[in-house]
Amino acid sequence: MAGSSLRDTLFQRTLEDLIKGLRMSFIGETAFISKAMDEIRREIKSTDPYIKAVALQKLSYLSSLHFYGMSFAAFHVVELLSSTRFSHKRIAYHCASHSFNDTTPVLVLITNQLRKDLSSTNEYEVSLALECLSRIATVDLARDLTPEIYTLLSSSKVLVRKKAIGVILRVFEKYPDAARVCFKRLVENLHVSDTQILSAAVGVFCELTSKDPRSYLPLAPEFYKILVDCKNNWVLIKVLKIFAKLAPLEPRLAKRVVEPICDHMRRTGAKSLVFECVRTVVTSFGDYDSAVRLAIAKVREFLVDDDPNLMYLALQALSVAAPKHLWAVLENKEVVIKSLSDLDPNIKLESLRLIMAMVSEGKVTEISRVLLNYALKSDPEFCNEILGSILSTCCRNVYEVIIDFDWYVMTLGEMSRIPHCRKGDEIERQLIDIGMRVKDVRPEVVRVGRDLLIDPSLLGNPFLHRILSAAAWVSGEYVEFSRNPLELMEALIQPRTNLLPSSIRAVYIQSAFKTLIFCLNSYFSQSEIISSTSCLDSLVTPASQFVPGRDFQEGSDLATNNASAQNEQEEGFNPRVLNRSSDDISGDDGEEIGGAFCGQTSRLASLEMNVLTDESVTNVLNKIELAIGPLLGSHDVEILERARNLLSFIELIRKDIANFSSQMEETLPRDETEAFKIIKMMQDAFSDELGPVSVTAQERVPIPDGLALKDNLEDLETILPDVQLPSSISFSLGSALQDETAGVPFPTVQNKEDSEPSNESTFLLAEHRKRHGLYYLPSEKNDVSNDYPPANDLKSQGNAEDLVKLTEQALVPKKKPNHAKPRPVVVKLDEGDVVPIAAKRQPKDDLLSDAVREVLLPSDTKASSSHNKPLDSSSIKNKGKEKVNVDTPESKEDLSIDKQDNRNQSLRKSKHQSHGKDRKHRSSRNAGDEREERGQEGKKKSSHRHSKNKGRQRTDVPQSVIPQTQVIPDFLL
Amino acid sequence: MGIRFILMVNKQGQTRLAQYYEYLTIEERRALEGEIVRKCLARTEQQCSFVEHRNYKIVYRRYASLFFLVGVDNDENELAILEFIHLLVETMDRHFGNVCELDIMFHLEKAHFMLEEMVMNGCIVETSKSNILAPIQLMDKAS
Repeated sequence: MAGSSLRDTLFQRTLEDLIKGLRMSFIGETAFISKAMDEIRREIKSTDPYIKAVALQKLSYLSSLHFYGMSFAAFHVVELLSSTRFSHKRIAYHCASHSFNDTTPVLVLITNQLRKDLSSTNEYEVSLALECLSRIATVDLARDLTPEIYTLLSSSKVLVRKKAIGVILRVFEKYPDAARVCFKRLVENLHVSDTQILSAAVGVFCELTSKDPRSYLPLAPEFYKILVDCKNNWVLIKVLKIFAKLAPLEPRLAKRVVEPICDHMRRTGAKSLVFECVRTVVTSFGDYDSAVRLAIAKVREFLVDDDPNLMYLALQALSVAAPKHLWAVLENKEVVIKSLSDLDPNIKLESLRLIMAMVSEGKVTEISRVLLNYALKSDPEFCNEILGSILSTCCRNVYEVIIDFDWYVMTLGEMSRIPHCRKGDEIERQLIDIGMRVKDVRPEVVRVGRDLLIDPSLLGNPFLHRILSAAAWVSGEYVEFSRNPLELMEALIQPRTNLLPSSIRAVYIQSAFKTLIFCLNSYFSQSEIISSTSCLDSLVTPASQFVPGRDFQEGSDLATNNASAQNEQEEGFNPRVLNRSSDDISGDDGEEIGGAFCGQTSRLASLEMNVLTDESVTNVLNKIELAIGPLLGSHDVEILERARNLLSFIELIRKDIANFSSQMEETLPRDETEAFKIIKMMQDAFSDELGPVSVTAQERVPIPDGLALKDNLEDLETILPDVQLPSSISFSLGSALQDETAGVPFPTVQNKEDSEPSNESTFLLAEHRKRHGLYYLPSEKNDVSNDYPPANDLKSQGNAEDLVKLTEQALVPKKKPNHAKPRPVVVKLDEGDVVPIAAKRQPKDDLLSDAVREVLLPSDTKASSSHNKPLDSSSIKNKGKEKVNVDTPESKEDLSIDKQDNRNQSLRKSKHQSHGKDRKHRSSRNAGDEREERGQEGKKKSSHRHSKNKGRQRTDVPQSVIPQTQVIPDFLL
Repeated sequence: MGIRFILMVNKQGQTRLAQYYEYLTIEERRALEGEIVRKCLARTEQQCSFVEHRNYKIVYRRYASLFFLVGVDNDENELAILEFIHLLVETMDRHFGNVCELDIMFHLEKAHFMLEEMVMNGCIVETSKSNILAPIQLMDKAS
């Protein structure tokens, strides 16, 4: 046996061999490692600690760098832990802290070994154990070893004490009650002059404070002292972090510390400290103007520095400051905008955030235009970042910043056409939302929707499908604003829609249905007018022969008819909608688009009337049947059902229409036919307006008279106690805006002369029709993009300087007399726009803060601990003991606390008896003095104490501010 | 928590040292290191040393062929972490004498030991080079 052991020892591969072998392994790394792992598995079982140690060493190497699991070795780690050799112990502890976790079963075996090592006389062994404990401590370990840690917290060896402080964080996290024992000692470590210990202690408090600042407010004087006296930048940074958390809780504290912070900012040469000061000031001292100005001045120094790190941090600091101090961003806007074209995507992102922070009502148009142009030449990722931030900024608070909705809707349309756009979902949501909320902008929404629908090339881009769905929906819903419903219909049933996913295709069909109803309705109504004025048909027939070469009959009708006899006829109609929109447009007549737009409007409007001839109606019906018919075989229920609806409807009215067009003169007037009645009915149904629905809408529906809802329900409850009936199910959705539903008449025509050549998109559609069902050549895509914003030429020059120049104008707050258009009404629901976030901040039952508070504020111990455990005499005794122990030598203390700890986990120190002793103990330290004075005061003045008692009760609810605010001034000021 | 993990990775993306201050399974570590390496090593010298990743930040710095990557909480001071990285490198320099990748590979334990002296529970507890190295020198003498 001895021989084999010797052989193993001699021939075992060391870690170094392993690493060398790995570096020059000829059989491939994986094969080599799996061979090595086999060796390790064998060696690790050896009884020889040397072999076992080397095996574990190799295993931990492979585990941490090559991702091999080492949980199988857990027990061997425990074995090696008890070795007396330091080097073996070290390896074992290293393995333990790397591989153990809360669920490792062997953890229960190491408690005693850890306790032994923690009480070792060799400080390095102690430090190994502490180090390991800080990584693997479980609830049990933390509870069982608290007494040892308590002792070590005042060890005379700096190395040990430092690590004991370091381990506290883990112990508190796992076993909050340890705070009742250890917290005072931890606080004492804040008073030492040794920087090592101080730095460790401050580090721990920094972490503790960040989790629950309020509990540590009473320690403000200690931290203040460190802030003023300490010369170590590491410590100062931590203390600043603590104050960043504490200051917002206590204004008087903020007032007191703001000056020292500014001193540090002025004096120090360390950038890290300066930056920490800056960040502290902008996050927590925003009300102190001079401090903020100083901080922003420092930020500016960072911004102009060549170091990209400083640039990035400065931008971050600015975005923290932005909500409260927008001036800080505006002052530095050149740099901010310039950094939009930085090499570093992270810096670009920060810059973008800041630019969006600068957006306000007046500037949103310009900034968005600049950014959109920038997005066009950015990489896809950043492009979408830009789009995303424009979208989210603009829709903030129900489109607060938007005045010109026409512009915004147009911008949404432009965004959709940006090749990298991946924001379909959001654009879809906003298009529909705006359509519902802003009545005045509907014509524009429909126009944008039409432009999107009509372009067959867009259907091929899956990222746009959601947008197309929105476009289809608004076009169907607000079809009365459409300038050419038949053209819309064509777009909705074009063959390429088979590229759409079925849910969106269903929307298309439904919109087609709405559009059809609308067309038929106006067709029938129009005929009345025709018969009263003059005959339209006579006009149409020669017109359609005018351009005989075209398949696109409606299109040619549209194009040719315009100038003729329409105008007189139309004047009679008083076109409500279109007149207004044309008025709006003529406002900015000077602009080219405006002009073009006007022309288009009037032309299309006039066309629409002409289109609705008997032939065209039959034609449309045929086309629908042709396009929708195949869908009857669809497997998707949504599509199937809607297609069936549409076709059945056509069947229903078809006969009447056929009759009607063949023998128009003789039969009864149109409005008395069966078909007309049906259509009228459908039209009424569809013209019922959809509004944004408040999430609380149901609650606000008034209960109609004579409807005894409650009584009924109560009865029901007695009958069917298990069934929950929704109370007002019949009032769901739909007519949130009843007042607006007054059936919008079919759009009427407009009296502007039109001489524009055929519109491009219409032409496109005609082309498409020619090649019916074929895919398109890329050249047409280019044509489409001609619709792009006029500012496109920026793209070619585009570098940072231009951007700055452009935004220069954009960002200067100027009055814009040209856009005198008033902001349209945006339907806002009083409270229902946002899902109400339950504003309750559950006072989380944080055991640690309870414990800490108990120690720090002895006066409210009773109240806050009373819910843990009923008071009994033994615990009081214990408490007395503990208090005495604080002053006694360590060994004795250990025992008593151990005992007390095990017996009474939530030990409670109460009241003035112990308080007095505590004071005696503390009074040797001057920093604690003031707190004790407070205690004295409380003792002396019974009235004062009474009020404190009140405060005590209130601290039961951890949120209450009052008790602490009473406490602080005594400490600090 | 402060510091969540410290990684040393070479130019090829191989991990040379990995120290985590929160428990992650082997698979989580592998995924995390892969993501981080992909994100950070692609960046150029002119770009800043901070990368946001998941819900925390990575502060990194390159020394010759080795990248030092430190994952920290969001409110940690980035510049201080950069100084910390530099301190770590200086400490190793003092011990190994012009430290290189091989030193760390062959003395991984010592590197861990230094880190353990400097950071505990994710908090930086020691910033003096001689204090950090004292125990290691003692051990070297003893063995």
